[in-house]
Amino acid sequence: MKTPEEIYNLLKNKFGEAIIELVSDKPAESFISADPLEIDKICSYLKDEKELEFDSLMNLSGVDDANGEKVNDENDNEIIKGGTLSVFYHLESTILKHKLTIQVSTDRDNPEVASVEEIWRSADWHEREGFDMYGIRFLNHHNLIRILMPYDWEDSYPLRKDYQNPEFYKGMKVPY
Amino acid sequence: MGLLDKQFTDDNIVVTKVEDLLNWARLSSLWQMGFGLACCAIEMMATSASHYDFDRFGVIPRPSPRQSDVIIVSGTVTLKMAIRVKRLYEQMPDPKYVISMGSCSNCGGPYWEHGYHVLKGVDRVIPVDVYVPGCPPRPEALLEGLLKLQEKIRNESLVKETV
Repeated sequence: MKTPEEIYNLLKNKFGEAIIELVSDKPAESFISADPLEIDKICSYLKDEKELEFDSLMNLSGVDDANGEKVNDENDNEIIKGGTLSVFYHLESTILKHKLTIQVSTDRDNPEVASVEEIWRSADWHEREGFDMYGIRFLNHHNLIRILMPYDWEDSYPLRKDYQNPEFYKGMKVPY
Repeated sequence: MGLLDKQFTDDNIVVTKVEDLLNWARLSSLWQMGFGLACCAIEMMATSASHYDFDRFGVIPRPSPRQSDVIIVSGTVTLKMAIRVKRLYEQMPDPKYVISMGSCSNCGGPYWEHGYHVLKGVDRVIPVDVYVPGCPPRPEALLEGLLKLQEKIRNESLVKETV
């Protein structure tokens, strides 16, 4: 069993720059912030390393940090320019009974995160949902298509903070 | 009421109008297409079960739209599902009826404002005969809705325009 601090030190020694910081000043469990394009290698290490053995991805969720610049578009709707989208990975080792949270932040205008689907199969649908709701592209995912919204839903992502509902979908009025 | 208040002229003869007979026959065996979409479906199933016994009104759940007279849309109709609801409704033979059960199906319910995926009322895709309010409606409310539909069918006419 290892604490997040111990795991952070292990990862920092192994990956250096790709591990950004250990965030522990939040009113929740502390988490490790990492590079979105290196996350697959980090996760692979976390799963295979004998001291860690994170065999279970409990949850993978997207977050819109909404920390960009708020501007009004031509129709006077508030949209967010710049800033970041985040992905949180909640890992558990059912063998060694320890848990870890990792966060990656990616550019909101070009959100790209390496896929961990090859490492934990449960990430497959979670990543599809992240793509569906936030438009985060998980690189090397074998089937990154929408999972909940219709496949032909226009290029918009409902859980982004500046999301605008379309007026019509296939001739059906969408707003109340 | 139906046939029984009509005049008996002989032991086994009932005098009535063809229209009344047809309407009585139709309203007494409304086969429903089960279209349970959310929590309302649990109440719909409870209505079909022995305690409330939907069967005593001639309501039998059918697995196929081609054998059904009424579709009970019970639950949240998402935009994805709305296309399917419409297609199944179109596959039902005429005359066909629609009961919209619960707030979601009536008008979007709790999803009316932020439900980016919810159709705000099934009446945007198919014509609804009876709206049953509630979230979810109790089985008694659904029974009341069915009785309202029966009343509507009872007053239908082959010759004169009905509303």
